[in-house]
Formats: sequence, C-alpha cells, structure tokens
Amino acid sequence: MQEALIQRLRSAVGHEHVTARPDDLRNYAYDGSIDRAAPEAVVFPADAAQVAAVVRACEELRCPYVARGAGTGLSGGAIAEFGGVLISTARMRRILDIDAANRTALVEPGVVNAHISAAVATLGLRFVPDPSSQSACTIGGNVAENAGGLHCLAYGVTSNHVLGCEIVTPQGEIVWLGGRENETAGYDLLGVFIGSEGTLGIATKIAVKLTPQPETTRTLLAVFDSVDDASKAVSDIIAAGIIPAALEMMDRLSTQAIEAYVHAGFPTDAGAILIADVDGLQESVGETAAAIGDVCRRDGAREVRLAKDEAERERIWRGRKSAFGAMGRFSPSYYVQDGVIPRTKLPEVLAEVEAIGRRYGLLIANVFHAGDGNIHPLIAFDEKVPAQVDAAIAAGADILRACVARGGSISGEHGIGIEKRDCMNVQYAPSDLALMAKLKAVFNPGGLCNPAKMFPTSRRCGESARTLQRADLPEGIAPAAGPAF
Amino acid sequence: MPGVSPGYSGPERPALADLDLCTRCGLCEQACPTYRLLGFEPDSPRGRIFLMKQVALGEAEINQHLADHLYRCLGCRACETVCPAGVPFGRLLEYGRFQVEQHRDLAPHSKGWMIFRQLAFRLVLPRRWLFRALMWPSRAIASVPGFAAAFDTLPRGNRLRRLVDMLPRRDKHVEPSASAMPPVTPAIGRRRAVVGLLLGCVMDSLFRHTHEATVRVLARNGCDVRVPTGQWCCGALNVHAGERAIAKDLARANIDAFGRAPLDAIIVNSAGCGAVMKEYGELLKDDSEYAQPALAFAARVKDVTEFLAETSLVSGFAKLPIAVTYQDACHLVHGQGISHQPRALLQAIPGLRYIELRNASQCCGAAGVYSLTHPHLAQAILDEKIEAVLETSADVVATANPGCSMQLQAGLAQRGSRMRVRHVVEILDEAYAARSR
Ligand SMILES: Cc1cc2nc3c(=O)[nH]c(=O)nc-3n(C[C@H](O)[C@H](O)[C@H](O)COP(=O)(O)OP(=O)(O)OC[C@H]3O[C@@H](n4cnc5c(N)ncnc54)[C@H](O)[C@@H]3O)c2cc1C
Ligand code: SF4
Ligand code: SF4
Repeated sequence: MQEALIQRLRSAVGHEHVTARPDDLRNYAYDGSIDRAAPEAVVFPADAAQVAAVVRACEELRCPYVARGAGTGLSGGAIAEFGGVLISTARMRRILDIDAANRTALVEPGVVNAHISAAVATLGLRFVPDPSSQSACTIGGNVAENAGGLHCLAYGVTSNHVLGCEIVTPQGEIVWLGGRENETAGYDLLGVFIGSEGTLGIATKIAVKLTPQPETTRTLLAVFDSVDDASKAVSDIIAAGIIPAALEMMDRLSTQAIEAYVHAGFPTDAGAILIADVDGLQESVGETAAAIGDVCRRDGAREVRLAKDEAERERIWRGRKSAFGAMGRFSPSYYVQDGVIPRTKLPEVLAEVEAIGRRYGLLIANVFHAGDGNIHPLIAFDEKVPAQVDAAIAAGADILRACVARGGSISGEHGIGIEKRDCMNVQYAPSDLALMAKLKAVFNPGGLCNPAKMFPTSRRCGESARTLQRADLPEGIAPAAGPAF
Repeated sequence: MPGVSPGYSGPERPALADLDLCTRCGLCEQACPTYRLLGFEPDSPRGRIFLMKQVALGEAEINQHLADHLYRCLGCRACETVCPAGVPFGRLLEYGRFQVEQHRDLAPHSKGWMIFRQLAFRLVLPRRWLFRALMWPSRAIASVPGFAAAFDTLPRGNRLRRLVDMLPRRDKHVEPSASAMPPVTPAIGRRRAVVGLLLGCVMDSLFRHTHEATVRVLARNGCDVRVPTGQWCCGALNVHAGERAIAKDLARANIDAFGRAPLDAIIVNSAGCGAVMKEYGELLKDDSEYAQPALAFAARVKDVTEFLAETSLVSGFAKLPIAVTYQDACHLVHGQGISHQPRALLQAIPGLRYIELRNASQCCGAAGVYSLTHPHLAQAILDEKIEAVLETSADVVATANPGCSMQLQAGLAQRGSRMRVRHVVEILDEAYAARSR
C-alpha cells in the first residue's frame, strides 16, 4: 500500500486507529462466509467526518475500500477482495438518542442489533428485526444486507424498520436519506440504499423504528416424522389465515447438530420440527396457539409442545439461533444457501436438495424460515480439502437454480456479495442487471466502494475459483462498466 | 528472523479437531470482554482461534502477534458458554499458551515481570512454606479489623494501596482464625456424606475465614469434613500461564493426598481451582501412572455451592435481613456451568433480599494474574463491573472465587464504597450463626 495513503488515513482517524501490520490484517481476511482475502489496511473511524475523510483519501489515491461491521455476513460482503482499505465501524457504537414518545432511536452503524432492544426494553419497546446473529451483527451490516430475522414473517425485514440513514457517499459527502418520520417526498433513495451491500456508500447514522413489546408471547414446538408433513402444516397454517410471529422449520441433521452442545430440548429422531411464536393479547394468543397446534396434529405431528415459561422459550429460540454455528459438529466449514421458494414447493425442493447432496457426496442440513419460504440448506465441507470446496460451491449453485426454476429467488436475506454474484444471471436478464449497474454508477462512479460485489463476473454460476485477484479488477475500475461490474 | 519460530511442537498443542469446530460464525464476539472493549478482531475469541488454527495448518508461525493476543485474553471462557459449536476455548488457550511458552523470546511482557513470574510459578507456588511465609504481611494486615482502612490515606494510584485494597476484610463478628485447620470435623446430626476440602494456596493464606465457614456449613449439613495433609495449590495459575510441568506435579500431589481417603466428594470453594481440578484428567492424560487416578479424582470434585445445592440444605437459618447481589465467577459459570446453584442457596435464606446483578456473568477483570500483566485493561473491565455492582445498592456482593473477591474488594475500595464482599458460604454461615447466637 502506498505510504502516502497510510499517512492520509492516519491523519484522518488518528495514528493508533490505523493498522497496516500484516499480522493484524490476517484477522480481517474473513467474515462469516467462506471467502478469504486480507485488506492492506484497516481503519477505525469514530464518526461520519472521519469516514468521509477516509473515503476522500481512498478516492483521490484510487484505492478500493470496504465497510465492515461485525463480520458475520454470509456472502462475503465485508471481504476486501482486492486488498485496499477496510473501514471498521467498531468504534462507532453509540446509541445517540432514544425517543420513546415517537418510538424511534438514532444509532451509529457499529451498534450491535441486540443492544438496541436491550437499551429500550425498560421502555416496553424493541427493535424488531432479529437475525439469528443478532447478538453479534451490527445495524450497519443489517441495513447493508437488508437483514431478515426470525420474526420477519409478521413484522417485516430491516427496511420496514429503518426510517432514515446518514451516509457518506463515495464522493465523500455526508447526506441524509429518508426521514426521521415515516413519510418523505421525492425518490425513495433510502429504499435504494438499504440492501445495497455497502456498494453505494457507508452508513454513519441510522434512525430506526421501535415497536412496543407484545403483551404475551407463546412458543410452540411441533414434532413431525417427515419434512413433507411439516411442510404441509406450514402451508395449512398460513392457508387458515393464521399469521404467527415466527414460523421456523429444522430437519433432523440440524436438530442433531444443535443438541450436541446447546441442549435446546429438540428431539433428534424427528424428521422435522416446527417452531412457532404467537404474540399479542393474552386471550387471543392462547386461541391462536391452540389453532396452530390443531393444524399440526391434523397434518401428522406426533407431538405438540407449548413452552411452559420464558426460560423454555429462550432455550428453544437459542437452539434455533445456534443452527448455523452448530454445524461445526459435522465439518469445519459450512456453505449456507439462502434461496426463496413458494411455500407449496417446499417438499419438492427439499427432495431435490437431498439429491444434490447425494450427487456431490456432501452432508446438507436444512433450516428454514418456513413461513416466508426462505430456505437455508447448510452444506457441510472441509475448507482444507480443495475438492470439497469446489463440490460445495457447485452444489450450492445447483440448489439456487432449483429455487429459481420454481419461481423463487437466489437470496432472501444474506445478500449476494461474492458468493452469489455469478448466479445473478440465473435470476436476472442482462437488461435488468444493466439498469442496476447504471444506478450503482450514479452513487459510486469510480467503482472503488466495495468493488465487484453483487454483480456477475465473467465466471459461471457455481464455478470454483471464487475470490477475484487484484489483476481481475476491471481496468481502472471503469465507471459504469456495465453488467460485468 | 528474530521473534519468529516455527509451528507447534510436541503433543500438548491446540488440537486441530478442536479448532475445526469453529465455523467463524462470530456469535461469541460480544461475549468477550476484550473484544467489547477494544473492538479489534485479533482480541476476539474467533480471532484468537483463527490465529491458533493458522499455526496448526502451517499458514503462520508462532510469533509475537500470537503471543500478545493469547496473553491479552482473560481466559474467562465466556466465549465457550455462547458458542453453538462447543469450541473448547479454555483448553485451546491453555495449549496455545503452552506452545508460546516454548519460545521464551516471545514472552509478551517486560523482563522484570518475567523474572518475577518465573520465581512465583517455579519457586514459590510449588512450596507451601515459602508461599505462606511471603504472604505473612498480607495476612497480618487482613487479620486486624480496620488496619487495611489505614492505607486509604495513600493516593488512589499508589501500588501499595491497590494491593492492600485487594485484601479480604473480616467481619467483626467472625473470630480470628485458629492457626491450623482441624484435620477432621464431624458432621452435626445424622451423617450424610464424608467430604474432603481443598485448601489451595491463596485461599489458605488469605481466606482462612472462608474455609472455616465452609467447614461449619458442611458439618451442619451432615458432612464429615476432612482436610487431608500433603495437599497444596491446585496448579490453576500455572496451567493458565502455560506452565504445565509444575501444574502436573501439583496435580499429582493432590491426587495422592486425597486419593487415600474414602471421600464422597472433594469440595472446592474457589471456582478457579475447581475448574482446573475437574480437568486433571486432561492434564495428566499422557501420564501412564496417573491418568486413571486423575479421572477418578476429577469426577469427585465439586464446587461447594454445587454440592450444597444438590444436598438440599438443612433448615436452621435465622432471618438475615440484608440485600445481596451475586457476581458469577467466570470459572464457575463458564468453566463449570454452575450459575443457578449459588443463587438458589442465597435465595433460601429467609429475610435476605436477592438482587440480580446486571451482566453478572461478565468477567470482573481479575483473571488470575491479569490485573498485574494488563493493569489498564483490567481496570477498565473492573470499572464497568463496579458500576453495575453499585447500581444494585446491595449490602453485600457475593462471589465464589478469591480472585474475584479481591478484585471486587479493590474496586469498591477505590470508590470508597462500604459494600461488603463475601463468599456465598460465608453468608450461609452467617445465617446459621445468627440463629445460634
Ligand atoms: C450464525 C449466523 C446467523 C445469521 N442469521 C441471519 C438471519 O437470520 N437473517 C439475516 O438476514 N442474516 C443472518 N446472518 C447474516 C449476517 O449476520 C447479516 O447479514 C448481518 O446483517 C451482517 O452484519 P455484520 O455487522 O456482521 O456485517 P458485515 O458482515 O461486517 O458486513 C456485511 C455487509 O455490510 C456492509 N456494511 C457493514 N457496515 C456498513 C455500513 N456502516 N455502511 C454500509 N455498508 C456496511 C459490508 O461492506 C458488507 O457488504 C447470519 C449470520 C450468521 C453468522
Ligand atoms: S468460537 Fe464458536 S461462536 Fe465463536 S466464531 Fe467459532 S463457532 Fe462461532
Ligand atoms: S476467554 Fe474470555 S477474554 Fe478470552 S477470548 Fe474467550 S471471552 Fe474473550
């Protein structure tokens, strides 16, 4: 890295908040996904002005830069594929304002998702989006990925709970998108920014919506002998007009992985289990839970269990949230897919996932946000064995193709990043992608802000070599380089 | 290249099978005190595991960076409790530090400290008489009520004051300790069990009153309490610092001392000691003579709160109208999975108002010798803890480990607070005693 740039970074954020020591950088080469590449420097700005100074330095000296929250992303979004500067939000973690009367809060991007709800709990409020990683991931990362959560079925995803953002644009300007209130006039630039995976700028303040805590919540666990029966129950519950706050499914491999350490009380011999949360007023909650229980039993559930207290509820949800990490029981790495399919196609897609696993000789566990048809097949592999890495990636691509073939999508909530960019062609026509590229060029004309993420490269979906090399960086990071960039 | 050494050597190394359990999901990051404070990935559990794994895979060498970040870890094992994959971080850390210790030039601390450490770990800790002799001044200060307070006139940053602040303070109603622990104390009433008590090093020197309370409470609950001779320090400080050879000697001595007595349980009232003693099997797994006895020994080790909670307490408490909060000792909650037992015991005392501490299971920063090796970090962690403790306005903060007691004592003294720090068994003892008084 150029010494001149390092100097600029140091004067922007302070000497001790920049590191370019190769040893330090090794720990910034990974996130929660399977890609790896080390940046050339990591900076830890304290506020928007410092972020802007860093961005301007990078732009002027033509160096790529990438924002990083907690590094729990599952699509390689925070990987500095071309080296360059990684901008960590670890020091921007203040909750700046809580407005209980208007039910909003203003937070910095490095605030951990779960810390928002914790801070407003005594006011009877919460921040609804609750990704399974909520104890670690940041609100900045949530905005960038438009993260979903266990309770998105009834309450919506991140974009439904963010009112506005202050961002630093790739031009180094500090602008506000959206409002602090619900309605704004003009183009919905906030809508464009949320889910843009850090390619349109860096969020430096976020105004979030707070929601009253429900009066009561009941959690129900239904045990099925087969995934087919459980899937049918999911469709029947929704068809009956019931909207549970959350409706999650796990297959046998997942419950086995979880029970090995977390002890959530899941049966390890069941074909599939369903977990449903019902919340609202005391009286109605009991009725709805009973109605869900009836549907499950009618569809063949061999056991329906209602959590008896808060401790048991917490145990069940902790079990569910542990599903990805628990894969360590089976293999050192897992490659998680994030396809979305129409709910009715669940059994058929699952059968195909199983066949794909057999074809590649890989173990695949399944966890789903069943209510939204968002499936998370977890492909177990060992990163130390190159052939297994290739097989896992190819299997993942086959799964995504299967989803798109049934009218679904390649990503529900984890984003495209590096991992799924070459599969964008499977879902979008060239003209769709060209329009997106034009939009990106308006915000990020130099292409230096999180380069090459989200858009397909010259590779095919499922081809093995994944992270691009510096030499692959499109020439001069040409502006509006079209769908290839 | 100076400071760079090759990979792991010998069988006592972070096992790849353990490292492979980590999927880098990151769910442990916010549980980690050093990550919360520093926001720096190399100071997170995931970061440290990654560094150890890179060495295991030959992608990196044992170097200064690894040494610094393994030693900046508190060893609190909070990451283990939240990890969904069951990564045995405590074990990885011990082996990781052991490997670093094979390369003296990498010691992350000053020369003076290293010399002190060598003396402490290799010369003093293994020798009971020497340890006790050196602890004499501390014992003297602690044994006279009010003496420690005399040091309050020294300025805050003064090192002597900080050391004196850490000393346990004795309640006026408790008699000063007799010179030796009785080798056998018979059960009061029907005998329900025969147990042995580990005295340890720091506990034995500075917390005799806790031992005495432990013996009284156990006896009242139907235990014959034996204090076998030949026992000494459990070796925890050595294991945590990567000094495994001496730790093994200490373990063998304790196994011999307790092995001869037919005991239902080996009772420990120091969380750090208990956690290590429950792992004697792992420590001595390659010792053909001791591997089996070590496992048998480990299986009988019980923390005193764990044991009492399982035994169902005999009644006989008087009302104890005090407000008590409880700070989890890391090596109890994260190391041994014991958290509801001490709370249940406290809540069994009539009249006692129990107040849950905010973030009770977060480390207080004591962490063995951490407050000596990383004073600034330890202080920052302690400040956060004391903040939460003071919020409770309790009369007493209960704990179950000498390191935590001393750290909390120091933190409270710094703030000029009069809140008392007591072991859980001392509070039980006080409730029983109040009845007989
Ligand atoms: C065990 C586990 C469970 C998960 N469960 C879910 C789930 O249920 N639902 C779900 O949606 N996701 C889930 N995820 C994925 C991940 O946690 C989310 O995508 C999360 O939003 C990432 O946040 P982060 O802070 O870790 O971001 P990072 O991984 O650090 O970054 C992610 C992306 O955000 C960008 N970014 C970060 N901060 C900013 C900023 N301030 N401004 C602009 N861009 C920024 C980065 O450049 C990158 O592209 C899970 C991950 C794990 C490991
Ligand atoms: S140690 Fe456990 S919680 Fe932490 S990153 Fe590894 S698997 Fe996840
Ligand atoms: S033992 Fe404690 S300090 Fe060390 S990595 Fe784990 S949580 Fe962090």
